[in-house]
Amino acid sequence: MNTRTYPREAAAFDAYTRSEIRRAAATGIYDIRGGGAKRRVPNFDDLVFLGASMSRYPLEGYREKCTTEVILGSRFAKKPITLKTPITIAGMSFGSLSAQAKEALGRGASAVGTSTTTGDGGMTPEERGHSETLVYQLLPSRYGMNPDDLRKADAIEIVVGQGAKPGGGGMLLGQKISERVAGMRCLPEGVDQRSACRHPDWTGPDDLEIKIRELREITAWQKPIYVKVGAARPFYDTTLAVKAGADVVVVDGMQGGTAATQEVFIEHVGIPTLAAVREAVRALQELDMHRTVQLIVSGGIRNGADVAKALAMGADAVAIGTAALIALGDNDPKWEDEYQKLGATAGAYDDWHEGQDPAGITTQDPELAKRFDAELGGKRLANYLNVLTMEVQTLARANGKSHIHNLEPEDLAALTVEAAAMAGVPLAGTSWIPGT
Amino acid sequence: MEYDLATQDLSEVNQALQNAEGGKFSLLNPQGKHALACGLMHKNQVSIKGHAGYYVAGMNQNADIVVEGNAGSGCAENMMSGTVTVQGDASQYAGATAHGGLLVIKGSAAARCGISMKGVDIVVGGNVGHMSGFMAQAGRLVVLGDAGADLGDSIYEAKIYVRGTVTSLGADCIEKPMQDSHRAELQGLLDQAGLVAEVNDFKRYGSSRKLYNFNVNHLGEY
Ligand SMILES: Cc1cc2nc3c(=O)[nH]c(=O)nc-3n(C[C@H](O)[C@H](O)[C@H](O)COP(=O)(O)O)c2cc1C
Repeated sequence: MNTRTYPREAAAFDAYTRSEIRRAAATGIYDIRGGGAKRRVPNFDDLVFLGASMSRYPLEGYREKCTTEVILGSRFAKKPITLKTPITIAGMSFGSLSAQAKEALGRGASAVGTSTTTGDGGMTPEERGHSETLVYQLLPSRYGMNPDDLRKADAIEIVVGQGAKPGGGGMLLGQKISERVAGMRCLPEGVDQRSACRHPDWTGPDDLEIKIRELREITAWQKPIYVKVGAARPFYDTTLAVKAGADVVVVDGMQGGTAATQEVFIEHVGIPTLAAVREAVRALQELDMHRTVQLIVSGGIRNGADVAKALAMGADAVAIGTAALIALGDNDPKWEDEYQKLGATAGAYDDWHEGQDPAGITTQDPELAKRFDAELGGKRLANYLNVLTMEVQTLARANGKSHIHNLEPEDLAALTVEAAAMAGVPLAGTSWIPGT
Repeated sequence: MEYDLATQDLSEVNQALQNAEGGKFSLLNPQGKHALACGLMHKNQVSIKGHAGYYVAGMNQNADIVVEGNAGSGCAENMMSGTVTVQGDASQYAGATAHGGLLVIKGSAAARCGISMKGVDIVVGGNVGHMSGFMAQAGRLVVLGDAGADLGDSIYEAKIYVRGTVTSLGADCIEKPMQDSHRAELQGLLDQAGLVAEVNDFKRYGSSRKLYNFNVNHLGEY
């Protein structure tokens, strides 16, 4: 008789956890990686749409109109921007991405009438040239910041934080600092480039208000000004951004991707996107600013359902980072052999900071970057964005809505108690919203 | 040409200055207003007749701007070219992230003067506050008086010259020898700024470049 029990791993010390302990013990340095939080957190999958029924009339697919146009920046900017779809491309730096990848993002976004965004490292001519609507980020590092590009932009996004790392700066390791990247950032080639975590010339919302005034003066009050925050205290951060004079508030949840951040930061700082949307919308409603100041939500948006649910909760638009990179070809199984050589597998490759991306997207290596075709990438992204838009329309029509912004919390139910509490919608089959 | 900020709209004045080419302007009654004469693009001369608020001469290109008084936080922030002269004192983050041009502060500058500077030259007649030259990437910071704590913390390739005492140096910032080329460079900056001092009285500071690439053995310094 066998007296031994079946071998059992501790839930707390699973294979990944043990590998991380061994890695730390061997190297003496924390793990840095790209991407967003990988563990499961309450998210839009925990919500469903109710659809139409006796008391709600659906709209006919392909026949009855369901408009998707979104206007951003109508509060103060003389030239608000109009997008044909509520899905925008989030800021990703030239430096973290190759120039070709940036160009592809511009091509794809422009093809479907939406905007793309610069990133930490400034604006490249390729990106400006191929982006019909380009949002220019003002980040703490101010790498590449200059008034000419500021005036060339269609909107300005002041980055206070990112969902992957609220309170964290950036780090681009020396391997990715090519001559061009270094030149744009006014730093020597090959050094690690730390992006500051705080802005160099303002602290707190009162100063931000003055800073926004300065940016408006420099650009003759033409451009919409966005304020992007990581999802930390979204109710207060949204309130303060509105007070500081933002036209648009961007809230990025903890699932949001990053080019390179400590694993411990990505997984343990910030709150889920689902929880952040409700709080940001509540802030806008309490200020009577909902739809006057627009809300863009990002962090883990993958499909039309995610987009539609964010809109139903009150967002005006969404932004995507990781999903756009996947559409371009990031983590494609066709590079499996090479991912294996890098100790990863397609779908799990996240050492973007090392600049060895087999898909040629998150790299500055000219040979690898050559593998990536910007024109084809742009087409793939445009296809993907079209699918998302059609999915949102499908869901909106099913709920009887002739404009995507008519989606509302009343159209939603939650599958878990957590999601019900976070999103402020009833648990499915009940009228119970925990905490109300 | 004169603009009176007591009666005229700041945005209209700024836009007139931004569009002007080769003019001479006086701004009367600035009364500490923010964002005065910012975003200028062309070779104009602007005199601000009094104290300025935050971000005076922000992102300046080509213009020569004089503040005949004190300047608030972030004066000449992200300046690209031209000159900005503050006759009095400047508040925090003077010349922050500026890429080029010359910023002269005749009085003293508060904390974080030249933070993340990216190529500008800054000459301060008096003292600078703590954390000046923090993460300074390129350009030159000259201080005729004393420097506060943590001067040049995490500095990259910028050069700092200080005549007086330095309370303390920040991470990775060290004193470096003064050679003839440095004395000549310093003399040139003093001349451009219209300030008189003996170059031999200055010490030079810069990066030891030890923190340029992350090394776990330097953890204590971060
Ligand atoms: C490769 C990469 C680079 C990024 N660079 C920046 C940046 O420069 N500035 C910024 O505000 N956010 C940056 N982000 C974050 C995105 O703007 C966005 O907040 C995030 O990707 C949204 O979440 P998602 O990736 O789940 O769609 C980056 C993200 C990625 C994946």
